[in-house]
Amino acid sequence: MKDVTVIGAGVAGLCVARVLRDRGAQVRLIDRHDGVGPHACSWWAGGMLAPFCEGESAEEPVVRLGQEAARWWDAQTRCVTQNGSLVVSLARDTSDLTRFARRTEGFDTVTQSQIAQMEPDLGDRFSKGLYFPTEAHLAPRQALSVLRDGLIKDGVIFEVADADPTDHARRGLTVDCRGFKAKPNLPDLRGVKGEMLVLSCPEVTLHRPIRLLHPRVPLYVVPRGNGIFMLGATQIEGAAGHHVSARALLELLSAAYALNPAFGEAEVLEIGVDSRPAFADNLPRIRRDGTLIRANGLFRHGFLLAPALARMVADVVFDDTRPEVMDEIAA
Amino acid sequence: MVRRFYGTTLANGFMLGTAQYPSPAILADAFKRSGAAVATVSLRRESGQTRAGQDFWKLIQDLGVHILPNTAGCHSVKEAVTTAHMAREVFDTKWIKLEVIGEEDTLQPDVFGLVEAARILSEDGFQVFPYTTEDLVVADKLLNAGCEVLMPWGAPIGSGLGLNNVFGLRSMRAHFPDVPLVIDAGLGLPSQAAQAMELGFDAVLLNTAVAKAGDPAAMAQAFATAVSAGQMAAAADPMEPRDMAAPSTPVIGKAFLE
Repeated sequence: MKDVTVIGAGVAGLCVARVLRDRGAQVRLIDRHDGVGPHACSWWAGGMLAPFCEGESAEEPVVRLGQEAARWWDAQTRCVTQNGSLVVSLARDTSDLTRFARRTEGFDTVTQSQIAQMEPDLGDRFSKGLYFPTEAHLAPRQALSVLRDGLIKDGVIFEVADADPTDHARRGLTVDCRGFKAKPNLPDLRGVKGEMLVLSCPEVTLHRPIRLLHPRVPLYVVPRGNGIFMLGATQIEGAAGHHVSARALLELLSAAYALNPAFGEAEVLEIGVDSRPAFADNLPRIRRDGTLIRANGLFRHGFLLAPALARMVADVVFDDTRPEVMDEIAA
Repeated sequence: MVRRFYGTTLANGFMLGTAQYPSPAILADAFKRSGAAVATVSLRRESGQTRAGQDFWKLIQDLGVHILPNTAGCHSVKEAVTTAHMAREVFDTKWIKLEVIGEEDTLQPDVFGLVEAARILSEDGFQVFPYTTEDLVVADKLLNAGCEVLMPWGAPIGSGLGLNNVFGLRSMRAHFPDVPLVIDAGLGLPSQAAQAMELGFDAVLLNTAVAKAGDPAAMAQAFATAVSAGQMAAAADPMEPRDMAAPSTPVIGKAFLE
């Protein structure tokens, strides 16, 4: 039986542990913190499983590999809502919608009345939209917890420690899934800051993630159920700080207000910020150095790409293959 | 005629922004294919405090071109001056593209704040590239405040409308024959960049038109080609337009047509 240690229990580490366990490995998961929580950037994720929408600006592998995500998460956690996603723009920004349509696939163009029917709380504010019926979303924190509980049940040992993967790899097969913490070992990794808000607004009901296109302040809103919404979209290069700027809040909230003025009355439950690990092309990487495998760089695609990344890590472990996102093998 | 930017001669008249690209890898590719001489970089005030943005700054520095930091999104003199100081520290350059935004919708410069900030920064040793309108009076005040380069807009930032006021830009060129002039903002197509260079401008600065194109690297190269064509045309002394037709083949000696 393969014996593997996974270091880092964020979305990458949990998915890798799950797939390795399913393929018959004996897995130990080490993290500096106990349990899922705000220390991992996946805690702050939007949870959109929207490979086609991401294709607007992401490279082709994101669209292709991301299509595995909804089925995987649904099978593993039952936390997935398969209700598509909707992209809209305000009247003066329709050229952004046209461009979005030109650069994506897998959508139906929907009219004002169709939008009002799908999402009555958007009313007739949007004359045209793009509906991506095969896309889905999940509740990230719940999904992480379910995944963790399942691993514990299946005999995966969780250990709280500040482990050094290089050191650990001397004793056996080790997968480094520490995200941005692996920066000293992965010098080409950078942090891309993202800010998010959680609002409670029981007056508003949305059935699926909504993306509001805007040349300066794009926004997405993901419904969490029970009148809870997650708002996000900021993506700031060169500012991997850990505070949320007033401007970001102002922009996110004004955009939400444009979507539905009732958001103006919402209760702010949480304000969050994270620094997402990314490589230069914003695609994930697997790197191997003997018994040490590093899987990193999920960027803003943690939940979307972690299942595919985990599958490829398992291929490396069990079949000694060289998956497409593997760019470096040392002896 | 080659005009120097605070003593620096640029290899070409293409200045390219570094924001909004799908990824840093695509950004680097766009610069490689454009051969742009200058990269502009926006700084957020928060970034200087944490020094955490270094990875992205390093990517920009690795492009190997002149760096022109930008006080993008600043709405007051104080903000712009603070940002300029941060930029000087981060990039170790005296150059600063000075933006003081006066109107939220058009992102039109606040020319009063601009002149004030330009004076403060010039006195402090900065070499200021002010983002301004084509207004000649403002231009004159900016020069008096210590600026040796002017950057009039073509059209509002990110609009892609091209040169909105060709007359105004032409008269600016004529009024300030010795000042390096850069068309900053509003360009959407290479033909508009070529037009700017044909009018005798020394450079164009753009970002959105390349970064938001479906293939940013190809669009960057298209702009570079247009800038070079426009520059060559301006140097070749273009003909003056006229109202009557002037046949290029002499009519003398041709058979009379009845």
